[in-house]
This record gives sequence, structure tokens and C-alpha cells, in this order.
Amino acid sequence: MNKLAMPKIDRKLTSKKIEIVKGLKKIIKAENVLDHEDQLRPFETDALSAYKQKPLIAVFPENTEEVSKILAFCNRERIKVVPRGSGTGLSGGALPLADCVLLCLGKFNKILEVDYKNRCVVAQPGVTNLSITQAVEEKGFYYAPDPSSQIACSIGGNVAENSGGVHSLKYGTTTNNLLGVEVVFMDGTISRLGGKTYDSEGYDLLGLITGSEGLLCVITEVTVKILKKPQSVKAALIGFPSIEDGGKCVSEIIASGIIPSGMEMMDKALIHATDNFVKAGYPRDAESMLIVELDGAEIEVEELIEKVSEIAKKNKSSSIKISKNEKQRLKFWAGRKAAFPACGDMAPDYYCMDGTIPRGKLAEVLKEIGRLSKKYNLPVANAFHAGDGNLHPLIMYDANEKNALEKTEKFGADILKYCVKVGGVLTGEHGVGVEKRELMCEMFNNNDIQQQIKIKKALDASSLLNPGKVYPILRKCAEEGRVHVHRGKTKFPDIPRF
Amino acid sequence: MSIEEKQNSPTFQDSDSTEYPKNEKEVSSFIKKFYKSGIPVELVGSGSKKKMGKPLQCAKTLNLSKLNGIIEYLPEELYIKVKAATPIKEIEEELKKNKQQLAFEPIDFGFLLNGKSDYGTAGGQVSCNISGSRRFKVGSVRDHVLGFRGVNGRGEIIKSGGVVVKNVTGYDLSKLICGSYGTLAALTEITFKVLPAPDESKTLVIHNQKLEFAADLLYRSISSSSDISGAIYLPNEPKVAGCVMDIEKTFKLNDLKNNGSITAIRIEGSKNSIDQRFKNLSNELKVANFDISILETIQSEIFWNKIKTLELFSSTKNNILRIVIPPSECVNLVYQLSNKFKYYFDWGGALMWMEAFELSEEMFESIRKKIIKLGGYVTMIKNSDYLPYVEEVFTINRDRFNITQNIKKSFDPKRILNASKMYTGI
Ligand SMILES: Cc1cc2nc3c(=O)[nH]c(=O)nc-3n(C[C@H](O)[C@H](O)[C@H](O)COP(=O)(O)OP(=O)(O)OC[C@H]3O[C@@H](n4cnc5c(N)ncnc54)[C@H](O)[C@@H]3O)c2cc1C
Repeated sequence: MNKLAMPKIDRKLTSKKIEIVKGLKKIIKAENVLDHEDQLRPFETDALSAYKQKPLIAVFPENTEEVSKILAFCNRERIKVVPRGSGTGLSGGALPLADCVLLCLGKFNKILEVDYKNRCVVAQPGVTNLSITQAVEEKGFYYAPDPSSQIACSIGGNVAENSGGVHSLKYGTTTNNLLGVEVVFMDGTISRLGGKTYDSEGYDLLGLITGSEGLLCVITEVTVKILKKPQSVKAALIGFPSIEDGGKCVSEIIASGIIPSGMEMMDKALIHATDNFVKAGYPRDAESMLIVELDGAEIEVEELIEKVSEIAKKNKSSSIKISKNEKQRLKFWAGRKAAFPACGDMAPDYYCMDGTIPRGKLAEVLKEIGRLSKKYNLPVANAFHAGDGNLHPLIMYDANEKNALEKTEKFGADILKYCVKVGGVLTGEHGVGVEKRELMCEMFNNNDIQQQIKIKKALDASSLLNPGKVYPILRKCAEEGRVHVHRGKTKFPDIPRF
Repeated sequence: MSIEEKQNSPTFQDSDSTEYPKNEKEVSSFIKKFYKSGIPVELVGSGSKKKMGKPLQCAKTLNLSKLNGIIEYLPEELYIKVKAATPIKEIEEELKKNKQQLAFEPIDFGFLLNGKSDYGTAGGQVSCNISGSRRFKVGSVRDHVLGFRGVNGRGEIIKSGGVVVKNVTGYDLSKLICGSYGTLAALTEITFKVLPAPDESKTLVIHNQKLEFAADLLYRSISSSSDISGAIYLPNEPKVAGCVMDIEKTFKLNDLKNNGSITAIRIEGSKNSIDQRFKNLSNELKVANFDISILETIQSEIFWNKIKTLELFSSTKNNILRIVIPPSECVNLVYQLSNKFKYYFDWGGALMWMEAFELSEEMFESIRKKIIKLGGYVTMIKNSDYLPYVEEVFTINRDRFNITQNIKKSFDPKRILNASKMYTGI
């Protein structure tokens, strides 16, 4: 396993484990405090499974007051806390620290209110993303953000990561669909931000904590907007003889004034992988493939499908299939949704990247990924939320091979650096976590990062909530000759870098 | 020195100590200087919203109007990057050339605050985060800011976000900046998400409905799958002393009948799509039973523009309040206020604009209490001669104040930027 630089372990604390457990058992039921090695093993990693670390203790509070008391206790005793939802995060955001209390929100699993009058659902953070839609489906409503992990990931985790999905192009990510939260800050203060109203007055704290990766507060309740299902939905499956043609088609569709509800692209490697895996009927001879989904009034969908087909033909499409019914539409999606397991079938391990680029740079970036793939001698399959330029290159490797993970990570880092170089960003929806922490300096300079750290300190004075994530520990962010070393962490110059 | 020369000289101070930085670097050096000596400074774009928030008394003014111009506009990438004091009008005109728009419908406080149309600058819109009638469908200003650059209260140039929609790299400071009334940073550059402008617009007006029934119509319209983009109720009562509620005069349009209150629902898109959705909605609402008017694109656009410019209040001398509540509470709110004020509802009942004649601060506070109980908030948008000042323009509670204060300090430790414009002590 790879070594990862993390905040220094507080040995004084770890030696007090028995007392801390006692203290926590005074706050919550004894059975909700886990401290045995065996009990802790299931929580040693999230979906970035290359990194593992058992927490000192794991706790399962059952209500907000308990969360508040736990945080106040930990704040007083200077104990680090790592929040955890369902553990499907792909950037190591919920990776425990050896001296931390892992705060698991699994017991917060109830939908508290379905409020059709205000078109919203109030849920506890441990409720899965999909069960929100399931709760309102009978009346023809749904919750728009739909991460591929939606059967497992928690709505609290979605808020913490500002998760998106294939429909974010038209309907936005979590932040655009969130009305309110209840949160607990590290000092135990319980606060409500937003509610059932649109926007709120004063600083947009709701916007600030969305996507804050568990560093600013623990989310204990969530109010999300629900939408009425569109009258009609159809998808087009379009093959192209080259990546460039597919990329151009994407840009042209957007430039023509169409905002599809989803626009996904796959390269040849992934077309084959997924088609082998679920027999989705994908065009296997194509170099790239688009799924373009349109929704709205029936007549509008027909018109738009027509327009999209024309644009596709103009861009040399080699095949176009339009979904004839709901079953076929879902089949089109089945392959795309199986992208991860399909890669899992092709190689012992895969590593999923998540940069975003301006759409127009798609072909250029793909070419670079191809070049890097040769350089590192690692195969890669590419899935994109093409409509919003969010790339998911899946690098395949074998963790049992010597240095394979390091090589893969370097490859991944090179891809992300290139994304930034062409005007994009490091992460579109998976978060920075521990994974991309050291790359933050590619995008931000010292001032930018210091401003963010100051906000962190404003809400968590002793930096006890999820430390070691998001902000660089090892790298120097230099600006105009002024070199800043974050928290003087050059003390460990020999620890391998990202 | 000529005015021109004065304005071009970064060190010049005119009689009211206004500085006109020409670029971000100068903004930074000015603020650095102020920071050093702890001099409070008022930030001004074009001044269109100067009267909003609490009045400021600052030794210095930074007039940012020279930070003006479109930096980059890529229609196919759906973004436009502008210097912060670029007039909204200029941005919208540029977008129009490509059939695009700022979908949040920038609001025009000009009529209300200064007697003539004035959308102000990009920075002003962002600082206030007040959005138009499409809010419930497309989000507010904050949902359309992809990134920004600015100068914090230490004089440091900071940035956040980027030019792409999908971005979770670091905290989302673009959100935090929206609605912060210049108390966190002097904005220098803003990147907006832009969207295709709809081909056409059509408005269904249902006449002469009482509040309760109108609220239900709005609710059913927003909850339908007809994808509507505007839902308002303009009552023709109560007749309140000191307020003129003349919807007939304000909304004089050829195809608009003159028959009591107006419940209006907007549908936008391509012609065929509008027609189909309009038909579906009309069936769902059983409009055959009502007296209706239908406004096609040109008149529909004029109608909604009047909403955007708050024309109904344009010559008022009274206080104007902006109230946001959960939409289900709209009827209740009117009763709680004893039906004593001139008002109308936007956002399907979630937003109430209210005009109050001879409002006292105690009355304002008691209104606020009721609104908070309903789960909402209220902002004093415009003062009057009768009530020229209120201590709390915005709603806030103790917990939130503490957090707000800590956030403020993290940007502006000496509290020099627009100090106390939002809350005393922030
Ligand atoms: C197969 C697969 C597909 C995926 N597809 C997508 C996708 O399409 N789009 C997408 O955006 N993501 C996707 N993800 C990533 C992941 O599912 C999301 O990031 C998700 O939101 C994480 O939720 P979680 O409950 O598992 O959070 P966790 O992994 O448990 O935690 C994630 C982060 O949030 C913090 N956190 C969790 N809960 C709380 C809380 N209540 N309060 C404060 N902080 C909290 C944690 O500290 C951590 O930093 C995918 C993951 C997998 C494994």
C-alpha cells in the first residue's frame, strides 16, 4: 500500500484511547461506539481503496444533539474528527486518521418529510440519493442530481462533495438543488442554513458548505428541491469515426442553443468494455460515441432529436439510433452506467480521474491522454459528461505489480495538470480529498489557498474537522518569489509525494 | 488637473476622497494602503444600488467603474468573463448577438431607487444576489457565477472557481461572494454562466381570482410538467391609504383585459413546444372556466420586463420590503399581515414584494417576526422619508451573526470593506 503524508499522529491521544471511549460512551449508547480493531476494519477506507487507515474509534450517533455533544467533546479534548456517509467517495475524503474519531452518519437514515406544497424533501444525511427520488416517484416527482453511485451514496455525502450526475448539464449539481441544511460546527454549535425558501439572506453559508468535503461542519439534515418528471424523454446513440468529430458535435449542439438533459461520451476502449459487459448494442466500430438525452414536451423532444441528428450527420456520424421506447432508452444508458464495473472486468484495478475542461478542448485533451497512456504504458478508457466537459478517464493497472499505483497516480496527476493548463479544473465532482490535495497549487496560488484556509479556521479554529484533506501538505505554493510552506510540513521531505 | 486626469491618477483624492483604480493591481495597492492604516472604504460600481443596505460613512470611496469591459465571451462554452464594473446592459447586448442570456434575469432597481432604469454593473448584481421571476426554474445569480477574482480586505488578490460549470476544487467562494454586498472583497472580475435565450415567450393570464385560488393556480402550474418559467399574482386589493395599486395602468397591453387581479404564468421555449405545453397546462388548470388573456411573445416580454423593473412601485415614496417565504405560506402571510399593505407575489408565491405606507420600525420588526415564524426572511429594499433608516435591513440571528462575523474576519480582518453595510459589526 502507498504511504501518504497525513497530519502528525497525536500519540498522547492514542494512548488515552480507553478514556476517550469512556467519554464518548457517556454521550451516546455504548453499542454505538466501536473501538476494536476488527470492528473498525470495514471503515478503514472509502472508494479510493488504495489508501487504508483504521480510525482510533468509530461512533454512530443517532440524532443531532448527540453529534453536537460528540463534536464539542472532541473539540475540547483536541481530537480530530472525520465525518463519513456511505464511504463511496472517490478522493479519500472519508479516509480515517489513526488518531481520529470517525463520525459515521449511517443511523441518520430517515426521510423526515415529503412536502409537495413546497416541492421539497427533508431527509437525514444518511439517506441514499436514490431513495429520495423513490419517495416522491409515485406523484411523478424526482430529485435531479443522479450520481452513478446513487443506490449507495448518502445525500449528506452528496452535499459534502457537491456531487453531480449525468443530468447536471441541464439540472445542475447538488448545490443548485439544495434548499437548506442543518449542520453542526466543530464547537458543537447547531445551525440551520437555508430552509424551504429560495436563497437566504446574508452570506451564502449554504453555498459555502456545499462541496466543503466535511472540513467545515457535519451535515445532520438536508432539504432538497424536487422536480416534476418531464413529459417526454428520448435518447440518441451516435457513433463517430473519430474523437474529434464526436467532440465537435458536442460543441455544436451546445452552440446551436440546445441544452440536452444529458450528453455523455465514451471512447472506443470503453464502448467495447461496456458493450461486452452489458450488451448495450453500442456501435463497436466507432472511435467515439455519444448518448444525447433530451427531455421536455413531446413535440419539443421530437424537434430536438431531429436537430441533434442533423448536427451529428454534419459532423460525420457513422451511426445514429434513437430510443423507441423507455426500455430501449434505459438500455442505451445501461452501458454507460456500467463503465466502472466493466473496467473492473478488464483489469485487476482501475483508477478514476475527474477533471473538467472547456468542451472545445475535448479532442485535444483526449489526444494528450492517449500520449500519456503510451508513455506510462497503462491502458485507459474514457467516459465523459461531455456536455459539461467533465472527464472520467479510467486508468487500468494491477496493484500487485511493483510501483504500479505510483505510476498510475503520476499518470492521473499529469492528466489533471493538463486539464488545468487548457483552462479547466482539477475536479468536477469527486472532490479533492487526499487524492488531489497536492495538486491544488496547479490551480491556486498562495493567496487563494490561504484565504480558503482562513475560512476553515473561522469555522473550525483548531483544524480538527477532517484535517489533511483538500489543502496541500507537502507542496509549496509559490507566488512572486514568496514561498509559502503550508503549516511548515517540509519536516517530512522524504515522504513520497503525490 | 482635468477631471479626466484626476480620474486617471491612482493617487488623486477628490473632495469626497474617491479613488478610481484602473485595474486590479491598483485596487489591491489601494486596499493594502487602507488596510495598513485601518481606513474604512466604501466600494462602488456604478452606484445603482448604493442606497441598498445600511448607509455608509467611510473616509474613502473606491469607485471601481474603470474596471469595465468584457474580457472573454465564448458562446459555445456558455460563459462570459467580464471586469466587475461592466454594465449589465452591455453584457446583455453582447449575449443577445448570439441568442444567449443571463438566465437569472438581472433585476433593475433603477426605477425604484433613482427614478430611471439602471441595471447597474455585474459586480453590483453579484453583490446583491437578487434574481428575477425565473428563479424557481433556473436558480438565482449565485447559480450563474462560475468564478471570480477580487481583492480582500488585506489587499490580497484572490480568486475562486473557473470557467466551467462542474467544479468542486476547493470551497465554492463564488457562492459566498454573491449577496455579500461588498463586505468580503472588492470584485474585479466575474465569470457568468450563460444560457440560450428562449425563442419565444407566452403568458397565460387568469383574471379576477382571489388570493387563495390564485395561490393554488400558481402551485399547480409550477408542480406540473409544463416547465413554466414565471408565476405571479398581482392583486387589485387591498386599497391601502397612501399606496396606489394600479395594475391596470402599469400593465396596459393590447391583449390584456382589464378585469381585476392578475394571475400570470409564463412559458418559454420554441414555438411548438410552447404551444403544446400551453395546451397541457390550460387543460390541467381547466382555464375554460375562467376569464383569461393570452400574451404572445412581444407583449409577454413587455409584461415580464415590468415585473423585472418593479414598475408597479416606480414612483412610490413609501418603504419597499422584499419578503421570501416557503411558497405554501403565501396566503397565510397575507392574513398575518392583516391584508394591510400593497403587495404582489412572484416566484409562485415564494417571493412577496410589499409597499408600506407610514411604516414604523416597530411595525417592521413585528412583520419580520411573523415572517421568521413562517420560515422566511425580509429585507428592507427602500427607505422612505417616514422611515429613513432601520437598524436591521437584513434578517439575522445570533448564531448566524457569529459565523458571519468569523467569515468576515477571514476576508477582512480590520473590517474596512463596506463595514456595517449589512449588519452593524460586520
Ligand atoms: C461507482 C461509483 C460511481 C460514482 N459516481 C459518481 C457520480 O456520477 N457523480 C459524483 O459526483 N460522484 C460519484 N461518485 C463519488 C461518490 O459517490 C460521491 O462523492 C458521493 O457524494 C459520496 O457520498 P458518500 O455518502 O459515500 O460520502 P463519503 O464517501 O462517506 O464521504 C465523502 C466526503 O463527504 C464527507 N461527508 C460525508 N457525509 C457527511 C456529512 N453528513 N457531513 C459532513 N461531511 C460529510 C466525508 O468526510 C468525505 O469527505 C461515485 C462513486 C462510486 C464508487
